[in-house]
Amino acid sequence: MFDLGPHGGFILSAYAFTALIMVGLVGNALRDRAAQRRALRRFGEDRR
Amino acid sequence: MSETAPMTPSLWTRLSNPGHFMRWSGRLGPWLTVLSVAILALGLYQTFFAVPPDYQQGETVRIMYIHVPAAWLGVFFYGAMSLSAIGSLVWRHPLADVSQRAAAPIGAAFTLVCLVTGSLWGKPMWGTYWVWDARLTSMLVLFLIYCGLIALWRTIEDPNRAARAVAILTLVGAVNLPIIKFSVNWWSTLHQPASILRMGGSTIDPSMLYPLLVMIAAATLGGIALHLYAMRTEIMRRRVRTLTIREAERLDAGTRRVTPTPSAVPLPQGL
Repeated sequence: MFDLGPHGGFILSAYAFTALIMVGLVGNALRDRAAQRRALRRFGEDRR
Repeated sequence: MSETAPMTPSLWTRLSNPGHFMRWSGRLGPWLTVLSVAILALGLYQTFFAVPPDYQQGETVRIMYIHVPAAWLGVFFYGAMSLSAIGSLVWRHPLADVSQRAAAPIGAAFTLVCLVTGSLWGKPMWGTYWVWDARLTSMLVLFLIYCGLIALWRTIEDPNRAARAVAILTLVGAVNLPIIKFSVNWWSTLHQPASILRMGGSTIDPSMLYPLLVMIAAATLGGIALHLYAMRTEIMRRRVRTLTIREAERLDAGTRRVTPTPSAVPLPQGL
């Protein structure tokens, strides 16, 4: 593993926080899409 | 009898058609996603294995490779929302409000990333997580405006009324965009002045600048892909709403037909 120096904790925290937010953003988008598709299927429609 | 040629809809009409949008965005979305992931992989490789440590910041400069793209996208999505707000208010474009609503959470997320990563950079470099500096404060205001707009959408149930109110508030908040951009020039700030987009060219060494541009490109493509995806979901949500109202009206009409007397209808409770 490469050495990030004395401030490695700040660097890794910044990347970890960004990854967390991005996973949340994409996960929420996928969950929302699945919910709308389920609702549309109940009305007999299906969209991708 | 005279024959009339079939009218071809204008580009504007075709663009404003949600069905047409669903078709082209459905084809473009996966390509944008794959492209952004590939460019992100290249950018991350360069960030950690090719970019040299900065002579002043040392390894901490690597935070810039997520902080700057996040700041750019926070502002970019607000700019996109402002254009959509004009589309909502002036042309009543059916997709303008959809675009605005889909962009808000994405812009808010990138602005939050910008604030937190900037704070994590500030502690080792400035000795503090936060100062009430003009650039930092104007970015915080941007985040609060995003939160306010999202809250306003949730408060007003009717999408048409919500669209108008949100569009007006979005345009009022757009005054913050030039303040963010020029805050480092107008006031004496702890935040460094513009170093990429400035008169006389970038002040960053090419060995650090090009990987940064790669990360900005990856984040922009990824953000647009996510925006298109969220717009498609929003169109589906509105379709569900329309179908639910129609279903309720149909059921209501059926109930009225079979109800013998109005007195048989129970009074609403708790009103």
